[in-house]
Amino acid sequence: MKGTVINLAKPKSLAARLIRFVRQSPLHAILICICILWMVPTLGLFISSLRPRPLILSTGWWTAFTTPFQFTIKNYLHVIQRANMGRSFFNSLMISIPSTVMPILIAAFAAYAFSWMHFPGRDTLFLIIIGLLVVPLQMTLIPILRLFNRLGLTGTFGGIWIAHTAYGLPFAIYLLRNFIGGIPEDIFESAFLDGASHFQILYRIVLPISVPAIASLAIFQFMWVWNDLLVALIYLGGTPEVAPMTVTISNLVNSYGGGWEFLTSAAFISMILPLVVFFSLQRYFIRGILAGSIKG
Amino acid sequence: MIFTVIVLALIAIVGVPAGLTLYLFFVEKGISKLSPKYRKKMRPWLWLAPALIILTVFLLYPVINTIVLSLMNEDSTEFVGLKNYIGIFTESDMLIVLRNNALWLVFFTLVTVTFGLLIAVLTDRVKYEAVAKALIFLPMAISFVAAGVIWKFMYEFKPKGTPQIGTINAALTSLFHSFEPQAWLFNPKINNWALIVVGIWMWTGFAMVILSASIKNIPKEIVEAARIDGAPELQIFVRITLPLIKPTIVVVTTTLIINVLKIFDIVYVMTNGILGTEVIANRMYKEMFNFLNFGMAGALAVLLLIAIIPVMLMNIRRFGEGAKRR
Repeated sequence: MKGTVINLAKPKSLAARLIRFVRQSPLHAILICICILWMVPTLGLFISSLRPRPLILSTGWWTAFTTPFQFTIKNYLHVIQRANMGRSFFNSLMISIPSTVMPILIAAFAAYAFSWMHFPGRDTLFLIIIGLLVVPLQMTLIPILRLFNRLGLTGTFGGIWIAHTAYGLPFAIYLLRNFIGGIPEDIFESAFLDGASHFQILYRIVLPISVPAIASLAIFQFMWVWNDLLVALIYLGGTPEVAPMTVTISNLVNSYGGGWEFLTSAAFISMILPLVVFFSLQRYFIRGILAGSIKG
Repeated sequence: MIFTVIVLALIAIVGVPAGLTLYLFFVEKGISKLSPKYRKKMRPWLWLAPALIILTVFLLYPVINTIVLSLMNEDSTEFVGLKNYIGIFTESDMLIVLRNNALWLVFFTLVTVTFGLLIAVLTDRVKYEAVAKALIFLPMAISFVAAGVIWKFMYEFKPKGTPQIGTINAALTSLFHSFEPQAWLFNPKINNWALIVVGIWMWTGFAMVILSASIKNIPKEIVEAARIDGAPELQIFVRITLPLIKPTIVVVTTTLIINVLKIFDIVYVMTNGILGTEVIANRMYKEMFNFLNFGMAGALAVLLLIAIIPVMLMNIRRFGEGAKRR
């Protein structure tokens, strides 16, 4: 019995490796099947987006691999020029970048105060913020929409920046408070002895040290805003000049119905940035998503 | 046109952080004139001010306001008591909404956790673990909207006899000759399940990554010892692995529940809630913009909040203890 255990852990000869492989073959089969199942939907979309319209509508995407090969980038050109996707890509960036920077900076101020300043009610206030973490954002839609209507902020970037900042703040404060609170006290003491102010300590010491936490947080918040549909639908009210890609695509779904050549390419354009972030910053990305998944 | 765009981009990328930094700079400058005692008292509140103001105006006040609105009529001019809530639990189309949310809650959560666990256990034993995990986690990166489009295409339906361009109908008709192509999103018997599959496809990677990390934390010696004693793999899993990762399973499950309660985008993009697929968040959107019934919309939001309150209290207890222990 013991012998097999060792063989399983460290296959030495070719024969042992072969035995191990055969014994594990159901495992590999199941796992590879699952991976293929998970890939097929995205792959199908991507291949379809590169096929000419008549072919998409008459044959399955898997037939694209048989001769004659017929691929085109016309769908992408059309969607960028005519269906407002180019503008929407820009709008998505315009919405996502400030909606990421604002909550992180504001949360850094607050987290610093929560960690390294003393004031009455500190713990209670922090607990209230933790409570706000999971409040469904649906609870805020009507009052904020009415407020924005009164202030003329509906359909503007400014309005949606503030809304996303508010939704992102509790989580950002929670995460940064944990990180900044964990920085060794000695660092602060020696900085104070050198005559540094709180302002200098925050920008010269705390923020640079916090880069790993901020990176995860920034990726999470950016992706959350980039992929958001509901908040944009409500506060931007379907104004095409400010609509992000998610809103434009969902309008395409409703208006074109079966216009697969537009939908597939539009959906893929919206996925490019998240996919690049995912593959280039996988570690921070996964850490951010895991930490942020409790957000309301 | 181009000019305004450039100005906007500049404001967005440079102006926002610069403005916030300037705020803090002037705060420090302002309080430096105060006596040290007042400075120490004022400083935390001024550092917290931007956060507290935004949280109060855009989270705390709206929550209270929504609760009040949920007790009023369509245009919030008249107090109607619990009428909206009674409506939710008695009107037949509202009951369908509640049923759908319950379906999502139970099956989405159950299947996602099970799949996540299964894949975590399987990938733990192979060399290409990292690649397999990346592939399965990938859908978490894309928007629900893109996922909706992807799966709408998967579910595409053509009448029997014509070539199927939707992957699922094509695969099933070529595998089983007696299979009739289905309009997955339009057949009320199956459309909810078709939507839930999309959610599972997106979130399994999430459950997998967390559970896998937890499995890797189990000391190797325990499992090895059981193997040497000749325990079959299945028994090792049930008797050792499962009890040890139970706390993580609870965390994953609660997280999935918080998220599935608010599910909106998938339904909005794929069916827009027709043919019996509506869920609470979609109904709320319709109450707001189609029926202009803000009382009912508010009541639906409060319902979501009530469902999440136990998790909220759990968080406060768990994270609050951690914060004090520092």
